[in-house]
Amino acid sequence: MVREQRLAEVFVELADTLVEEFDVVDFLQTLTERCVELVDTDAAGLMLDDQRGHLQVVAYTDESARLLELFELQKAEGPCLDCFASGQVIANVDLADARSRWPVFAGAAREVGFAVSHALPLRLRRQVVGALNLFTVAPVRLTDDHLAVVQGLADIATIGLLHERAVRDRVVLAEQLQTALHSRIVIEQAKGVLSARGGTSVGEAFRLMRTHARRTGEALTVVAEAVVAQELGVEELRGGRPGTRRGSGAASPGAAS
Amino acid sequence: MESRRTAEILSAVVADSVDVTDLPIGLLRACAHALPVTGVGLALMDDRGPAGTIAATDGRALQLEELQFTLGEGPCVDASRSGRTVLQPDLAVTAPFRWPAFAGGALTAGIRAVFALPLRVGAIRLGILDLYRDSPGALSGAQLTDALSFSDAATLLLLHLQAGSAAIGPPSESLPVLDDRAEVHQATGIVSVHAGVSLADALLLLRARAYTEHRAIGELARDVLDGIVDFRPERDGH
Repeated sequence: MVREQRLAEVFVELADTLVEEFDVVDFLQTLTERCVELVDTDAAGLMLDDQRGHLQVVAYTDESARLLELFELQKAEGPCLDCFASGQVIANVDLADARSRWPVFAGAAREVGFAVSHALPLRLRRQVVGALNLFTVAPVRLTDDHLAVVQGLADIATIGLLHERAVRDRVVLAEQLQTALHSRIVIEQAKGVLSARGGTSVGEAFRLMRTHARRTGEALTVVAEAVVAQELGVEELRGGRPGTRRGSGAASPGAAS
Repeated sequence: MESRRTAEILSAVVADSVDVTDLPIGLLRACAHALPVTGVGLALMDDRGPAGTIAATDGRALQLEELQFTLGEGPCVDASRSGRTVLQPDLAVTAPFRWPAFAGGALTAGIRAVFALPLRVGAIRLGILDLYRDSPGALSGAQLTDALSFSDAATLLLLHLQAGSAAIGPPSESLPVLDDRAEVHQATGIVSVHAGVSLADALLLLRARAYTEHRAIGELARDVLDGIVDFRPERDGH
């Protein structure tokens, strides 16, 4: 049973994020993290329709290459792909028993150490815009209560994508999906830039950028763009100095190490 | 994420072009032909807005670009500045409020719908593909999918042209579709710092190396992340 108070807090937190200039990728990232926190799962990822006939991962809870690979190969087969195609929840997939249905995916997921997987659709009326994918190490099934919580989170993700601009039309949704995908790439590039400059892991680079975004109230994508443009360095992100030096001079002494 | 459609578009355009300089217009013509649009334009962009027209299928498409360049407003200008896709299925309804000066000129010229697709790989901003039509109407889901495949093809083409003489191999071979996995973009960031180059050049370095080593770019990217492959300039005595 999910603790009701924590559940309420998470829903308020997510609703609170949906302000005028919110960052879609940051929002979806928070959502996947809360999924793992609230229900009995160990990893989560959120995939969106790239409108070219594929699913593209835009948020995930763990930087490991092998988890990323699990999302990647679901472009070809796996519960997410089937969930995306059918709009149906595919819950409590026993991976030991799924080799006949998804031979590559089930094998890879077992190798990572997962026993159970779930895929839930992000739906807007009849249109499916993506899927939320969960993994569990222990061979335990999700209760109906937990599944209802996860579906609630998936529905909030869809609302977030629509950016409260009323469910006006497909056009707005298409624009938002493209924006989310572009933003996600900027953030990945910035993780690489920051990790190379600061000698950190990409995971740590991501944490630094998010913490900075929270502290300054800037969108995560804006922070990532500043990192890529070399307007924001590791020291500023680590030091927690408020505000970024957008645009102007103040070149930091780039002592080569 | 091998987008077969993108690869198909590129190889058809390459097959029909006599010379590398024909590729942009070839791509635009193919796009205008494949979709229910009247014309297509391709402009360079940076975060200040459009920075020059590369090619256009017809006079009106060129006019669309120039109008916005002159006025500094319009769907393509917004798409350039924000890097976002701007879909305007009915300019008569939306444009007068959003871009008053542009609306007058565009509607007078008979431009009734504009779909501006930014050509970018994250922070690498290359250009804008502008589709217009002389009657209002949205693109269907399948048409939008195709338009986005053309924008992917145009993105790869601009990357290739940007590489200039550094471009590797003939376009048909060296323009494999973008591998959109997270590792490739992270590695692009790492290589840009290590090699001291822009993100665009870093992506080209990765692609060139994958091409010459006959490896998947995703696999090479993973090696960069793991520190197995290094793009730092070699130092003396090391």
